[in-house]
Amino acid sequence: MRILVCVKRVPLTGGKIVLTEDAQAIETRHLGFTISPHEECGVEEAVRLIEASGGESVVLTLGPPEAVEQLRDAMALGIDRAVHLVSDVEEWDPQATAGAIVEAIRADEAANGPFDLVFFGNESADAGNYQVGIRVAYALGRPVVTGLKGVAVEGDVVRCEQEVSGGRDVYVLPLPAVVTVLEGLNLPRYPSVPAKLRAQRKPVEASSPTRPSSKLEKVRLVVPEGQGKEAVILGHGPEAAPAVVEMLQQIGVV
Amino acid sequence: MVLVYVEEPSELGQQALAFARELGGPVHAFTADVTAPVEGVETLYVAEGDAFASYAPAAIAQALVELVERLSPAAVVAAGTERGNEVLAHVAAKLDLPFSANCVAATTGDPFLVTRVRWGGSLLEEAHLHGNVKLLTVQPHVVAAEERAGEPAVERFTPALSEADLVVRVVERVPAAAGGVSLAEAKVVVSCGRGAGSPEGFGIIEELAGLLGGAVGCSRAVTMAGWRPHTDQVGQTGTKIAPDIYIACGISGATQHMAGCKGAKAILAVNTDPEAPILASADYAAIGDLHEVVPAISAEIRKAQAQKAGRG
Amino acid sequence: MSTLPHQARAVVIGCGIVGNSVAYHLTEQGWSDVVLIDKGPLPNPGGSTGHASNFIFLVDHSKEMTQLTLESTRQYHAMDVYTECGGIEVARTEERLEELRRRMASAKSWGIEPVSLVTPAEIKELVPYIEETILLGGFYTPGVGVVDSLRAGTIMRERGTEAGALSVLANTEVHGMDIEGGRIRRVQTSRGTIEAETVVIACGVWSPLLARMAGAHIPLTPAVHQMIDIGPVPRFEKSTKAIEFPIVRDMDVFMYERQDGVGLEIGSYAHRSILHDPEEIPSLGETALSPTEFPFTQSDFDPQLVDALDLMPEIVGDESVGVKYAINGLIALTPDGMPILGETPEVQGLWSAAAVWVKEGPGVGKSMAEWIVHGESHIDLHTSDVSRFHAHQKTRAHVRARTFEAFPKTYGIIHPAEQWSSDRGIRVSPMYEREKELGAVFYEAAGWERPQWYEANAPLVERYGVESRQAEWDARWWSPIVNAEHLSMREHAGIFDLSAFAIFDVKGAGALDALQRSVLAQMDVLVGRVVYTPVLGPRGGFKSDLTIMRIGDDEFRIVTGGAHGMADRKLFVDQLPADGSAALADVTTAWTTIGLWGPRARDILSTVTADDVSNEGFAFGTCRTVEIGSQLVLASRISYVGDLGWELYVPIEQGARLWDVLWEAGEPHGLTACGIGVYGATGRLEKCYRAYGAELESEYTVVEAGMQRPKVKDQDFAGRDAHLRHREEEPAAILCTLTIDDQTSSSGVKRYPLGREPVTLRDGTPLTDRKGRRSYVTSAGAGPSVGKHILLAYLPPEHAVEGSSGELAVEYMTERYPVTVAGVGATAIFDPENTRIRS
Repeated sequence: MRILVCVKRVPLTGGKIVLTEDAQAIETRHLGFTISPHEECGVEEAVRLIEASGGESVVLTLGPPEAVEQLRDAMALGIDRAVHLVSDVEEWDPQATAGAIVEAIRADEAANGPFDLVFFGNESADAGNYQVGIRVAYALGRPVVTGLKGVAVEGDVVRCEQEVSGGRDVYVLPLPAVVTVLEGLNLPRYPSVPAKLRAQRKPVEASSPTRPSSKLEKVRLVVPEGQGKEAVILGHGPEAAPAVVEMLQQIGVV
Repeated sequence: MVLVYVEEPSELGQQALAFARELGGPVHAFTADVTAPVEGVETLYVAEGDAFASYAPAAIAQALVELVERLSPAAVVAAGTERGNEVLAHVAAKLDLPFSANCVAATTGDPFLVTRVRWGGSLLEEAHLHGNVKLLTVQPHVVAAEERAGEPAVERFTPALSEADLVVRVVERVPAAAGGVSLAEAKVVVSCGRGAGSPEGFGIIEELAGLLGGAVGCSRAVTMAGWRPHTDQVGQTGTKIAPDIYIACGISGATQHMAGCKGAKAILAVNTDPEAPILASADYAAIGDLHEVVPAISAEIRKAQAQKAGRG
Repeated sequence: MSTLPHQARAVVIGCGIVGNSVAYHLTEQGWSDVVLIDKGPLPNPGGSTGHASNFIFLVDHSKEMTQLTLESTRQYHAMDVYTECGGIEVARTEERLEELRRRMASAKSWGIEPVSLVTPAEIKELVPYIEETILLGGFYTPGVGVVDSLRAGTIMRERGTEAGALSVLANTEVHGMDIEGGRIRRVQTSRGTIEAETVVIACGVWSPLLARMAGAHIPLTPAVHQMIDIGPVPRFEKSTKAIEFPIVRDMDVFMYERQDGVGLEIGSYAHRSILHDPEEIPSLGETALSPTEFPFTQSDFDPQLVDALDLMPEIVGDESVGVKYAINGLIALTPDGMPILGETPEVQGLWSAAAVWVKEGPGVGKSMAEWIVHGESHIDLHTSDVSRFHAHQKTRAHVRARTFEAFPKTYGIIHPAEQWSSDRGIRVSPMYEREKELGAVFYEAAGWERPQWYEANAPLVERYGVESRQAEWDARWWSPIVNAEHLSMREHAGIFDLSAFAIFDVKGAGALDALQRSVLAQMDVLVGRVVYTPVLGPRGGFKSDLTIMRIGDDEFRIVTGGAHGMADRKLFVDQLPADGSAALADVTTAWTTIGLWGPRARDILSTVTADDVSNEGFAFGTCRTVEIGSQLVLASRISYVGDLGWELYVPIEQGARLWDVLWEAGEPHGLTACGIGVYGATGRLEKCYRAYGAELESEYTVVEAGMQRPKVKDQDFAGRDAHLRHREEEPAAILCTLTIDDQTSSSGVKRYPLGREPVTLRDGTPLTDRKGRRSYVTSAGAGPSVGKHILLAYLPPEHAVEGSSGELAVEYMTERYPVTVAGVGATAIFDPENTRIRS
């Protein structure tokens, strides 16, 4: 089996988001970066599937040169090799992103055969566009199902589970297919030191696609106004308890 | 005209309709084999056929595409739910149009300006949405739902679907195991962060939640540490909650977490740090060590309940 | 939440380990209204304490650091936040093994027991998951432990507040400080203004910003220390304590590994120096972890993973053990690696308690509180004194250059004489070019480039038959030329560049009184006298020693060593009268000093001056201006090398000319250019001349140092009461000159102790005096004229017996060499009658 996981490098934000002066991006000088959380579960799932059935797992990202860190992180979790579509500093819109990924998948498949499964995160932590995986699936002519918390390959089909109010909805898709997953699909492992060392030696194939013009064209970012709430201090330490309960009674939950 | 995809008659559907009306022009609605009425629109288009017996996003999208081609709406709008976003993304892929998810505002004209949500609501993006048909979804709970009466004209149609549109569909619904209060629907949520100290540290949290008939939540750090299942996680990548009161113990208020509790009607923060970011979003605060404050609250509730029982 | 008081006896800024400690100990010392504030939340306001690895190794080559650590350990034990687990510093190389032997010496000198050298097999027994086959040995300290520094801080705050003497305000940011008349008056905070005469900056990596608000300097830089935590480790899953196995410091690869619950923490000092500016540190809300936990830069740590894997393959190589946490933690580094403590020289009442690590925190807190309340601490803090910095050392460029150079040496093997390579050549004397031509090898003092010896004198080595040193460590940063220069001076004469002297003129009607208050010796002497005097602290210990010339009735010139010059300056400035009747001017760079000493010094000087320089016409211990050619030269007849001669002072722009004149005149007399190797070591050691910072420290008395005079002046002076008391007591120790009887090691190599080694009984039993102080070598060096390697040391009186031989030994690299007590007290082993300097 061959599996591709597409990931995105995103900053680890704290309690407050600060923008760059031109309001085009988050100020990341003091922030670390990570693989977007949903995709981290995609990486873990791909590694588990390949561990179980054999084959090859590949991680792909479209991102700045530094995104190679996230590719190494994915390979430290057990992914075999990486494809890096090196972008400039400008943000790519979802259509452009999907287009570049499709090109890269076609090139890789032409050389190495088709991917049975392509994993995406349901949506990226930062942009939250909810569409790249679906666009890629259409371009490749493959079925796609989103928001998964369960993925099981059973022969030449994949059984997919979505958490919905009241239970789980099940889909059964023929392979090859595209799936987009949610955090909670699994608990990703922490990379071991030997795995990190192995990741250093795994191949990263880099190319620099050209960015087409944006059709969802970012103008600027805005930090929303705070709710301007002034929390009512009900007390300090255990002495706060009576006031808390009084408040809960007023709300009607006690 | 604006065409609104309504998954099912609901609060969020009403919000999407209200948003659509703001765009100007007549508002039409589309549903896939939903019998419940959608009121306050000019025409309700209902797609019929076996394809819609269970949820099949590509089939719904294809029905929408057929309507778009027939009606040439200025915009197609849906609620920014998982399925609303999914169906419109299918439409966008089929028509190769740009799509803007989770908008909080839109200004018609050229360029067509949208304000949309990033980081689960911690950041906004202003963007120009291109394409001759504007595809967008509406961020939940930013536009007031608007009850509007008026029986619409109903047009039922059976869209032409390809084999591929039928491949992806819900084939089975596995009901959730009974027991416990669902986090997403709980009226009270009591959550805790790493400050619990250990999985066992959640004992006092469970106790308080139990006394209030609520659900237990936690921060992402807690699930990543393996202390609680992911289903307990409140946050951008966890569960979005909407309780009457959210009691956040030792939760600093990282953007990732706050994105999950924006729907709470009130927030009580229990925190040692009166300057913690969460206090800027909280309605009430008890300043102190959660290991001392939480058991004291539980004891006080028992006392109150005992009094009540005594009087009864 | 308490509100900010309007007034306090002291405001301590910063709730890290040191701020909590200073505030608590101020209340312990009796101050009843102390306010402690921090801009962050409690108990972890987000500084370096919050991410500290919290382990404490006890032995350091620095006595001051070791004493602070020991005091801290005592307090941590008393607060019950100390988990003793032991610690092993392991060696992968022979060179490191030798360094560990040196640690054994430091442990014995500073009284740390038990310690032992352990074999790889013994290491394996203590740390079963270690790969002992790559190790040569280790240095094991069972008393090493881990503390809960946040808990300790909380306990100290609680004790202070429960006693009603301390108010603590978190989330209170300092916005400004009001200075009036050179004194701190008020602190402006986000919660209002508070008046205080004493303010302590204990803000770790933020300290420079706070100091700047007041116009003061705390020269440190935030730097990155990388740390990862891996787990869960199967072997640790059954642990009942947070740490059960000894902490391992893998010294040769600059890393440490320690159990942390079910995890293993791996820290590194092996990466490149990553320095930041204090201004760069973000606010609490802007970061994912804390302001001082910067995002981990994986590529810097990657090379270290292999070293960790080699040492602990069982754990680090376990595929099931994951990397769970990784940070670039910010720590504070200073240009010389020491903390920054004490009252700032720029602003009275403004104190620094910065660049203090968890292992020193409570000890620093106690010492600082003693210093603030009583004027002096029990532990001598002179190497940490904030007033030690010269102007250039306060600059950002200097701090960055030196910390950049020092970071990779965090676990390095540092030779006691090791020189810096960065930011050199800041201060050069007017004779610099002449010295370069003579092949001077320059060492640095206070930024000055000083010739240590001159390669041009190499032929003298053969002439005098000076032996080379066989052991590389002993010969490092040393040359046999030093001994040859010494012998040439003793035979003929030597010329010395002493430009690094710090020189202060004190003038005015109140000058005499100010100096009387400052120093031990009687300063009401005839104009033209030169007085050598100690400066004492309130408890009668040494703060400095220096010479003062009485130039006129109301005019004095203080001359002191460059290295301690700035701290000495503060000693005198603090004693200046408030009425302005005396003023101190720093004239260090107005004057240059050339030393001329040796039996032919008078012959040389008399050829260039018509003034009377005979013994009768220019007595020892006097100074006056003489004409040398067209130069007016202030000549001072004193000596620190034990030979006849003068210090000659001229305006700095004339220094080169004076050098040339003397050089030309000296040639027929065999004049040799001599370096500081002679001036600072061999010359003085033969004469048992003491040096501040070596023999003279605040924990030793004038009597113990053998420097008491027949009479104590009537005028009051700093430390007078204590000094009078000391004169009545039997000294607990007496400074002695020791010579080594046999320097040959067990492997047949002649060894030369370099200083700080323990002096013991022949069987290795350490000597402890009745005040609990160990005997150790305060200074060591060659005595070329006496043909012995000389050691100075304080010995308990029963061992201070002149001529006693075969009873004592010096322990060097774990071997003991027998010594003879060659001199007791001030009596020198060379020219004990002082006929050379006085004739």
